[in-house]
Amino acid sequence: MGRYIVQRVLSLIPVLLGVSIIVFFLVRLIPGSALQMYLGTQVEATPEQMEELRRIFGEDRPIPILYFEWLGRLLQGDFGYSLRTGRKVLPDILQRLPLSFELTLYALTLSLLIGIPLGILAAIKLNPVLDVLIRISGLFGLSLPQFWLASLMVIAFSGFQGWIPMGNYVGFLDAPFQNLRMLFFPALAIGVGLSAVIMRYTRNSMLEVIQMDYIRTARAKGLSKRVVLIRHALRNAILPVITVVGFNTGYLLGGAIVIEEVFALPGMGRLALYAIYQRDYSLIQGIVLVIATLFVLVNLITDLIYAVIDPRIRLATGEN
Amino acid sequence: MTRLLKNPIAVIGLAIILCYIVMAIISQFWLPFDPLQMEVSRILEAPSVVTGHVFGTDEFGRDVLSRIMKGAGISIVIAISATAIGSCIGTLMGVWAGFLGGAWDHWIMRGMDILFSFPSLLLAIFIMAVLGEKTYNVIVAISIVYIPQFARVSRGAVLAIKGSEFIRAAFSSGADRRYVLSRHIMPNIMMPIIVQCSLSLSVAILLESALSFLGLGVQPPQPSWGNMLSSARKVMLLAPWTAIYPGFAIMGIVLGFNLLGDGLRDILDPRLRNLK
Repeated sequence: MGRYIVQRVLSLIPVLLGVSIIVFFLVRLIPGSALQMYLGTQVEATPEQMEELRRIFGEDRPIPILYFEWLGRLLQGDFGYSLRTGRKVLPDILQRLPLSFELTLYALTLSLLIGIPLGILAAIKLNPVLDVLIRISGLFGLSLPQFWLASLMVIAFSGFQGWIPMGNYVGFLDAPFQNLRMLFFPALAIGVGLSAVIMRYTRNSMLEVIQMDYIRTARAKGLSKRVVLIRHALRNAILPVITVVGFNTGYLLGGAIVIEEVFALPGMGRLALYAIYQRDYSLIQGIVLVIATLFVLVNLITDLIYAVIDPRIRLATGEN
Repeated sequence: MTRLLKNPIAVIGLAIILCYIVMAIISQFWLPFDPLQMEVSRILEAPSVVTGHVFGTDEFGRDVLSRIMKGAGISIVIAISATAIGSCIGTLMGVWAGFLGGAWDHWIMRGMDILFSFPSLLLAIFIMAVLGEKTYNVIVAISIVYIPQFARVSRGAVLAIKGSEFIRAAFSSGADRRYVLSRHIMPNIMMPIIVQCSLSLSVAILLESALSFLGLGVQPPQPSWGNMLSSARKVMLLAPWTAIYPGFAIMGIVLGFNLLGDGLRDILDPRLRNLK
């Protein structure tokens, strides 16, 4: 197991390097240099003055050198300064991170709580009408635009005090109950799509597992249907679901960006949009890096959980 | 094709998509009202058959139905072009990696892993921020998001059949690589790619509407379902119809593509067929 973890962690290094290269070079593709952005539209510098400024800021050197210098600063936790406020980028991002993180985790919890039981219910076919109903609602859940669902929630529930956050956000540490109530609808809006995905995978995977011989054996030796379903079938059926959940956590993070905007929640998504509207490229660069890194880490955690649950995986790599 | 028409799920999906395409075509020639025409006297009128504004009017007095119809064309064109570009480039890279193997495979797929480490909406938002908010840039952004997905699907499909008897037979009877690729491999990997296309079309509609909703996609006054929902946010408590109908329009077509994708997958995956 230890060896597997080390292997997986090491494999992150080239991926994260690649991410930093893409972010660095894409930002350089932006028409007009960051320097001009910094000067703003009011200041008109002659080409000679611009050249001089570029030399002073060290922007006239080859791009690969600039990249490695930038990377070096990143590794020391220096993400640069905002082009608009002049403040350090990283503390601002980290201050917004907990809300987005909580929202993503909340949405994930809700989607698991909705998706897995419904998937099992549809698979065991207690009632064929129920199966069809669950599958149809799954398709609708998959097709709903999150931000539209969020808007509908605002229309429907804005009359209920404390349920819809509208600029009066309170942190979890200040008032946990109020905070969870306030984030319920935003988290639900983000999680509905994923719950539909989880439901569909759980159903298909359960159907496949139930047909296996060992399930029949377990039933034949006299175990009750419930014990077989939970202890034998679900344990194997849940494996593909875990992969799908890990793979889709990025989708939740992306969803959080849009949903924070709808509910006016002060998270990282709103910061990102603000940065884009303000053309604050060093801030955008920082946020994209932070989210991509988080996403890569989540995928790592998924793989590790998978290995804990399914010994075949860690054994397979251990033998190599 | 006949199997497709026998699958009720796929047929419903196809019918929904055709309705939207017909609506988009009609909107090029005829609309109930001019979608850009503002009318101060008719601001936020509730839906009514009498006035002719069956879906009501928005905060500038523009007809919501006409704007939804006009927006259909834009959304469909963006979704289809983005999926077409992304699937072509992605499939090409995946087939290349899978067929040649070795170092090519390693480097192409590592590149795809890197693109995969951005959540798709974030990547699309980032690309839009870099390229600028133009309609054609939405197509570029979404197709870049799709390249790694198609590369993975097509590489997997190539690897699955590369070692099979008939490929080896073709090589040993003297066929060259190009012949084997075009005559044996491509036709056999088309099915999973078509399924992926159908599901990608639905996600493309959602991505485009999300980008436009955030003000990074199709720019007003040009109507798109996403930017209609965005401008409706200011007035939706007073005039819920401005927020409700464009959302239904998005959900309908996305549902259509999802149904078609599900139907196609059922037809193509015999394992799933037996489960029913």
